[in-house]
Amino acid sequence: MSSRQYRKKIILWVFIAAMSLTAACGGGTAGTKTGGPSGTAAAGTEPVVLQNVSYDPTRELYADYNKAFAAYWQGKTGQSVTVKQSHGGSGKQARSVIDGLQADVVTLALAYDIDAIQQAGLIKEGWQTRLKDNSAPYYSTIVFLVRKGNPKGIRDWNDLVQPGVQVITPNPKTSGGARWNYLAAWGYALAASGGDEEQAKEWLRGLYGNVPVLDSGARGATTTFVERGIGDVLISWENEAFLAANELGKDEFEIVVPTVSILAEPPVAVVDGTVDKRGTRKVAEAYLEYLYTEEGQEIAAKHYYRPRLEKVAAEYGQRFPQVKLLTIHDQFGGWAQAHKKHFADGALFDEIYRR
Amino acid sequence: MTATPTPKRAPHKGKSYAVLPGFRITLGFTIGYLSLLVLIPLSAVVLKSLELSWDGFWATVFDARVLAAYRISFATALAAGLINVVFGFIVAWVLVRYSFPGKRLLDGIIDLPFALPTAVAGIALTSIYAENGWIGRWLYAIGIPSAYSAAGIAIALTFIGLPFVVRTVQPVLESWETDVEEAAATLGAKRLTVFRRIIVPQLLPSLLTGFALAFARGIGEYGSVVFISGNMPYKTEIAPLLIMTKLEQYDYAGATAVALVMLILSFLLQLLINALQWKAARRMTSP
Amino acid sequence: MAGSHSYPGTTSPPARGTARKLAPRAGCTTESPLARRLLIAVALGFIGLVLLLPLAAVFVQAFKRGADVYFAALTEPDALAAIRLTLFTALIVVPLNTIFGIAAAWCLTKFAFRGKQWLITLIDLPFAVSPVIAGFLFILLFGAHGWFGSWLAAHDVQIVFALPGIVLATLFVTFPFVARELIPLMQSQGTLEEEAAATLGAKGWKMFRHITLPNIKWGLLYGIVICNARAMGEFGAVSVVSGHIRGETNTLPLHVEILYNEYQFSAAFAAASLLVAVALLTLTAKQWLERKRL
Repeated sequence: MSSRQYRKKIILWVFIAAMSLTAACGGGTAGTKTGGPSGTAAAGTEPVVLQNVSYDPTRELYADYNKAFAAYWQGKTGQSVTVKQSHGGSGKQARSVIDGLQADVVTLALAYDIDAIQQAGLIKEGWQTRLKDNSAPYYSTIVFLVRKGNPKGIRDWNDLVQPGVQVITPNPKTSGGARWNYLAAWGYALAASGGDEEQAKEWLRGLYGNVPVLDSGARGATTTFVERGIGDVLISWENEAFLAANELGKDEFEIVVPTVSILAEPPVAVVDGTVDKRGTRKVAEAYLEYLYTEEGQEIAAKHYYRPRLEKVAAEYGQRFPQVKLLTIHDQFGGWAQAHKKHFADGALFDEIYRR
Repeated sequence: MTATPTPKRAPHKGKSYAVLPGFRITLGFTIGYLSLLVLIPLSAVVLKSLELSWDGFWATVFDARVLAAYRISFATALAAGLINVVFGFIVAWVLVRYSFPGKRLLDGIIDLPFALPTAVAGIALTSIYAENGWIGRWLYAIGIPSAYSAAGIAIALTFIGLPFVVRTVQPVLESWETDVEEAAATLGAKRLTVFRRIIVPQLLPSLLTGFALAFARGIGEYGSVVFISGNMPYKTEIAPLLIMTKLEQYDYAGATAVALVMLILSFLLQLLINALQWKAARRMTSP
Repeated sequence: MAGSHSYPGTTSPPARGTARKLAPRAGCTTESPLARRLLIAVALGFIGLVLLLPLAAVFVQAFKRGADVYFAALTEPDALAAIRLTLFTALIVVPLNTIFGIAAAWCLTKFAFRGKQWLITLIDLPFAVSPVIAGFLFILLFGAHGWFGSWLAAHDVQIVFALPGIVLATLFVTFPFVARELIPLMQSQGTLEEEAAATLGAKGWKMFRHITLPNIKWGLLYGIVICNARAMGEFGAVSVVSGHIRGETNTLPLHVEILYNEYQFSAAFAAASLLVAVALLTLTAKQWLERKRL
């Protein structure tokens, strides 16, 4: 066979292979579904798969926790459980669930995002009272991460608006964590101005005037601060600040706790629409309840989330300094209010940037 | 495209050449597949944005911040496109006309931005052009903020757009006979004159096409830009990021409204590109 | 989008990598040695700055913590799942878009009909659509609140946040690549050969196989190769429809982003370097194809 003929043959075969593949896959894709156990699976001892849709900073936490829960559940019921994780920006994750991502449980950055899922009809009303502590098994707060030796002498919120100080914080319109940052700052400014909103707004304008990069997510902001070396101070979740200080750059950063901050409660909820369809309610509820047990609290504390359980809190007491914490409920009248006033299009945050 | 134009029979209006088979089936398949994958999904955007009232649509699409984002997207894509036209032309010229060691490698590497995932490109570019990066430290030293600025966006878009210009200009240069250049040279024209009077005019359509392709891709680019842009409202916030922002706030109608404006712009650009190419093809085949 | 190939069947295929056949008398049509060197330097410098440095950065970062970390990052289960998903997606997408490309090029270049220019523009449209919008389109169609959402839910079919959604988004983004490569090529070849064959009694499929395919095969392969590279590397559109389920709906580019967000920079760049390797392989394949063609 001459090489020309040979080549022709090859091309023909490639073509035929392509054709048949297409036919095969055309049939294949149509029938593809996400695998899930049938309704009976959860009750018996057949393996069960749970889908946990979470936000960015909880990756390490749930990687550990899922193992612990699997062992606990196996021991208790004899059923093996695998928890699949999905992480991303809190708002984006909530949107994916609303648009059809099959989550059994959601563990997001703020109640506002779970409220949005509730409004789409996937979670029943009153979800936040179903579990203890506003359905937030662990909590955190907002602190500052500064460079070693604190060269700019940052002690409290007011130091952030000084000229020449560069502040890194993500965009509150795209990042759940950044909303906590913003609200903590607003709480401070309002208290400092004695409740004068115009003055507080001016103060915030000064703060965001010192922000050179507005990353779209909390993790992006940490990377900008730590890896790119930009900025003098990072406003961040306490757990993220610990992670950066202890694991990303040992002895390169210090944590500064301001005089006042916000009680940041990342809530959890079972997605009723999914668990009822898949028959996973029992294991999903147990999954969230286990977070409140000593083992669950221990894992949360290990990953720098503040535990609720007295005993564990005492054990990790020296790690988490006492600080006056504002709450979203008392200070802002809940998330819906806060969102409307601060983050909606044309609201306060947009005004700060309007020229 | 080439020096041997194929004499075409006068086309029957709206009819196929009777001799060749497969017109109906291929056209049917083309239109069917196109409709399923492109047209129906795109019409979803149009219909979704109809959910907004006219005033709402108007307010969303011409909001000051959205306008600023269009402006930034356009300005940076324009800058990147111009950079690519100049350097893309030089690269294509060098690749076609000269031989030098490493030429093959150079030729091969041009397509890298097609193949490299945009997120990887964004991360890599940011690490190079940030203040503590390999190039960033030099640029910052002379006062050019090469990351987290409009300049950073332009750098990312230059990376994304380069192959479009090179790969449009290169084949034209390759298929082109040098006889006109020779004639001009024989008649005593200086090389620079030849360049200005013969080469540039001949290449203009393909340069424009390459520019328009890079430009169109540039205004839509998201993955590589978000890492390097800094995302500051009114300053370095690009239009695709605004769509994402609106989505994060569950504002689907608003997101589709901005998307629709961008789609229309893309479509107009694409029309322009094809008109240019068509014109270029005619110029090449009927001297 | 045209590739850098010369078109078969033309009078003077340019010899790549060597001086053109006109070289001996090309003295008057080239620049002075100085200008030539300068231009080469500018080209090399520009490419180095814009393309090579990012490439180098990826590999430097990937091997920053040593080869062990590098290979560990590539062999962990989530990375392997991402690689599998990426390959599988490309395996579906590339053949489909290839068949489309051939069909489209055939009807657009071998026949004359009204609205041809519009059709070409529509085929090109996905080039200019922002990837973010591309992904969003399929959410609007197949999301729980999309057009077909309730029907799909009732029949328990998952499109977005599962493999079909990823395939659809990738199909959209790589839609024009093969067609775009073939249309100018087949245009330049005209219809003479096929018409002759038809007059001699050749039937459709046979004619295509014996006349057209040999003429377009290199352009076709180039289109396939580029389509494949883009299919494997797509990030923006896939990110919107994937759902980011670890080990299940994460493609390789998404896996890179995830690792990056976990502060595992070396691992992220290791995964990225795989994609770069695909890119480089693509480019090598392309070079090889072009050499073969001569």
